[in-house]
Amino acid sequence: MEEFEPTIVAFVCNWCTYTAADLAGTARMTQFPNVRLIRMMCTGMVDPKYVIKALLAGADAVLISGCHPGDCHYINGNYKARRRVKLLQEILTGFGIDTRRVKLTWVGASEGNEFAETVNHLVNEIRELGPIETRELMVV
Amino acid sequence: MANRIGVYVCHCGTNIAGKVDSVGVAKFASTLKNVVVGRDYKFMCSDPGQEMIIRDIKDLGLNRVVVASCSPRLHEKTFQGACQRGGLNPFLFQMTCIREHCSWVTKDFDEATEKAKHLVAAAVSRVNYHAKLYHREENVHPDVLVVGGGIAGIQASLDVAKSGHRVHLVERDASIGGHMAQFDKTFPTLDCAACISTPKMVAVSQEPNINLMTYSEVTEVSGFVGNYQVKIKRKPRYIDETKCTGCGLCMEKCPKKVLSEFEEGISMRRAVHRNSPQAVPNIPVIDAANCLKLTKDKCGNCEKFCPSGAIDYTQTETELELDVGTIVLATGYDILDPTPLKQYGFGRYPEVYTGLQFERLNNAVGPTGGKIVMKNGQPPESVAIIHCVGSRDKNYHEYCSRTCCMYALKYDHLIKDKVGHHVKIFNFYIDMRCFGKGYEEFYRRVQEEGVSFIRGRPGEITDQAQTPEEEGKLIVVSEDTLLGRRIRVPVDMVILCTAMEPRKDTAEVARIFGISQGMDGFFLEEHPKLGPVSTATDGIFLAGACQGPKDIPDAVAHASGGAAQAMALAARGKVSISPTTSWINPDICIGCKMCIGLCAYSAIEFDERRGVSVINEAMCKGCGSCAGHCPSGAAQIKHFTEKQIFNELDGLLMAVPPAPRAKEEEEPVKAEDTAEAAA
Ligand SMILES: Cc1cc2nc3c(=O)[nH]c(=O)nc-3n(C[C@H](O)[C@H](O)[C@H](O)COP(=O)(O)OP(=O)(O)OC[C@H]3O[C@@H](n4cnc5c(N)ncnc54)[C@H](O)[C@@H]3O)c2cc1C
Ligand code: FES
Repeated sequence: MEEFEPTIVAFVCNWCTYTAADLAGTARMTQFPNVRLIRMMCTGMVDPKYVIKALLAGADAVLISGCHPGDCHYINGNYKARRRVKLLQEILTGFGIDTRRVKLTWVGASEGNEFAETVNHLVNEIRELGPIETRELMVV
Repeated sequence: MANRIGVYVCHCGTNIAGKVDSVGVAKFASTLKNVVVGRDYKFMCSDPGQEMIIRDIKDLGLNRVVVASCSPRLHEKTFQGACQRGGLNPFLFQMTCIREHCSWVTKDFDEATEKAKHLVAAAVSRVNYHAKLYHREENVHPDVLVVGGGIAGIQASLDVAKSGHRVHLVERDASIGGHMAQFDKTFPTLDCAACISTPKMVAVSQEPNINLMTYSEVTEVSGFVGNYQVKIKRKPRYIDETKCTGCGLCMEKCPKKVLSEFEEGISMRRAVHRNSPQAVPNIPVIDAANCLKLTKDKCGNCEKFCPSGAIDYTQTETELELDVGTIVLATGYDILDPTPLKQYGFGRYPEVYTGLQFERLNNAVGPTGGKIVMKNGQPPESVAIIHCVGSRDKNYHEYCSRTCCMYALKYDHLIKDKVGHHVKIFNFYIDMRCFGKGYEEFYRRVQEEGVSFIRGRPGEITDQAQTPEEEGKLIVVSEDTLLGRRIRVPVDMVILCTAMEPRKDTAEVARIFGISQGMDGFFLEEHPKLGPVSTATDGIFLAGACQGPKDIPDAVAHASGGAAQAMALAARGKVSISPTTSWINPDICIGCKMCIGLCAYSAIEFDERRGVSVINEAMCKGCGSCAGHCPSGAAQIKHFTEKQIFNELDGLLMAVPPAPRAKEEEEPVKAEDTAEAAA
C-alpha cells in the first residue's frame, strides 16, 4: 500500500516565519514537499475560518507560524493568534478533529533550520495521524 | 468580463529549473481558468523578462499578472514595477515563491514540480480577486535620528548634517567614538586612530546641524516612515553640561576607584570619570553606583573642588520626545567574553589579553602610556596571538569576524616596532583573510618582519611546564596542521583575537525599533546583497558593525550608505505609503467595537452617529488584528481579504496533474544534470 502523504497548509507571517522559510531555502535545508505556504502579514490576521476552510477543502493539517512572543512586527498580533488557535482547537475537538492538526509555532526570521525542522516534524506527525477525519465524518 | 491573466514561470538559470519543470509548470498554468498566457523564461527578473510581461499586458490585454520565481521578499517590487510600466496597477499582480520554498528545498524533481503547480494554481486563483490599490503620499519629517556614536554613527551624522538636514545623535555612553576611540593605530595603514577620528568627533560637536545627546538612550519609537516619534531618556551626569569646562580637577580629587570599562578592566578609573582627555564631549560623568556622595552621602570632593560649580548631585533622569522622519541605527558590536573558553585561561592567567585590552596597552593615552609591557612592568620576549577565538567556531559564532586577522597583523607589527625585533611572535591562525584594499600588502610586509605563522587552532594554554625552557611561561599547546605535528610554544604573553558579536541588548533594541535580527544575531538587513543598509521597516536604516562584523573602512562606507538613504527620504519630503491597510465595511459592521480594543495602534475610532467602527488609515499598519477577529467579517485587510485568501486556499488545494518526468531532452533535465555536476 502506498504511504499516506498529507497535504498541509501553512499560514505564516511575512516578518518572521516567511523570512525563516526563505532562509531555509537559501541554506538549502531539505524539506518534505507536503507543506504549502500562504503568506500573511501577521499571524494576528489569520481568521479561524481560514483554518476551518483549509481543513474542509482538503488539508490534513494547518500550521500557523509567526514571530516569537514579544517579537511580532505588529506588537502583539501573535498573542491574539495564540488565543484564537486555542479556542479553535477546543471547537475542532467537538467536531472530532484531532487538535494536532492545527499547530501554532513561533519561528523567528533567523531560524531557517527551525523552520525546516518544524515542517519535517509536522509532516511526519500527520503521516502517522493519517488523513483528516472530515473525509469520513462529514459530507462537505 | 472575465479576467485575462498572464503567468510567468522563471527558471532562475538552474536554480529553479534544476528541480522544477518550469516549462511544464507554465504549460499547466495556461490551462487554468482565466489564464490567457503561460510562459517560462530563464530569468524573469532580467530586462527581457520584465519586457515580456510589459509586452503581453499591452498586446494581449492582460489585466492580472502572476510570476512564479524567487521569494517575493526579493523581487515583488521589481515585478510590480514592470506591471506599472505596462500600465497595470501593481496590486493586480501576485508572486509565488518556487525557489526558496520549493526548488531549493525539495529532494525529488517530480515532487518539486507538483508543489510548484499547487503554488501557481493558488496564485492564479487568488489574483482573480485582487483589486486596484493606490499608494498614498505622506510628508517626511526632515530630521534624522542617528543612534550610536561610533565611527559609523559619526559618519552618518556628518553626512546628513552636511546636506543641511538636522540630525539628533543619541549615544548611550558619556562620549562618542565607540570602539575606534580605544585604538591607537589602525590597520592597514597604521595611521593613528585618534588623528583620524578626533577631528571627526570634534566636527560632530561643532556642527550646528547636529544635536548631540550623550549618556542617552532611545526608549520608545512610534509612528511610521517619515513620521516617527521617539522618546529619549537622558541619564543624569550629575554635572551641568553648560558649566563644566572639562578641566578634570574633579577626577583628580575623587577618592573612589573602580575598574575602568573603557580600559577594558586593565586599569582603574574614578567614580567621576571620562574616557580620555580627548573625549567628545569633554565632560565627565559621575557614576551613581560608585560615587560616595550619591551612595552614602559622604565625600563631596568634586563639588568642593570644581572651579566652575558644575557639580549637581540633584540631577535626575529626564525624558524628551522628538519627531523625526528617518532613523539610522549605528549601535556597533561587543567583543566576545573569552572567559567561557576555559582552555585559554583568560581571567586565570594574568598575561592572557583580549584584543581590546591590548589596544589599550598599546595606546599612548592608555594605562601604560603606550608601552607594551606585562603586569610586572617588563616587556614580553615572546608573544602568541590566537586568531578566531569564538569566530568560525560552531560552539560560539559560525561566522568570520573579518577584522581579527588584520588586527593581529597590526599587533605583530606594533610589537616588533615598539618592543624590538628580537621579540618572537607566533600567530596561530586557521586561514589568513586579508581581503581589503592594501591588506594583502600589509600581510606580506609583516611576514617580512620575521613573524611566525602557525596554522592551527590551539587546544590549550597552560602554565604547566614540561621542560626547563617552559618554566614561568605560558605554553600554547596546538597542532601545526601544515606539519601535522603537535607543538608546545612557550611565550610571555598571549593575545586572544576574540570575535565581534552582536551587542548584548540587540534583541531589546530590535524590539524598540521594530526590526529583526539575523541568524548571527546582528540586525537583519533588507537584503544581504542589494539592501545591506535598509531594514524591513521603512525609514529605519543600519550603519556599521551593528549589521555584522566590519572593519572601519567598511563601517564608514556602510554608514554613508545609510545616511544617503535617510537623506533621500528627507530631501524628497514625501513618501508613498502602502495602501494595504484595514477597511471596515460600514454596511456590514454591527458596531460591536471588538476591533477597537484589539488594535495595537489605536487606529480605529467609533463613529457614534453611524454606529460603526472606522479605520484611521494614517495610523493603520495593516496587521489584521481586527480582520482576524471581526465577528461580522466587516473588517478586511486590503490585499489580504477573505475572498483572496479563500481563493488562494482553493488553488493551493486543487488537484493538479502529476508531473510526468520530462521525457524529451528538455532544458530542465539538462539543467538538473549540470546542477548536480556542479554540486
Ligand atoms: C580588537 C579590535 C581591533 C580593531 N582594529 C581595527 C583597525 O585597526 N582598523 C579597522 O579598520 N578596524 C578595526 N577594528 C574594527 C572596528 O572596531 C570597527 O570596524 C568599528 O569600530 C565599527 O564601528 P561602529 O560605529 O559600527 O561600532 P562601535 O565602534 O561599536 O560604536 C557603536 C556606538 O554605539 C553606541 N551604542 C551602542 N548601543 C547603543 C544604544 N542602544 N543607544 C545608543 N548608543 C548605543 C556605543 O556606545 C558606541 O559608541 C577592530 C576591532 C577590534 C575588536
Ligand atoms: S508579524 Fe509575525 S506574528 Fe505578527
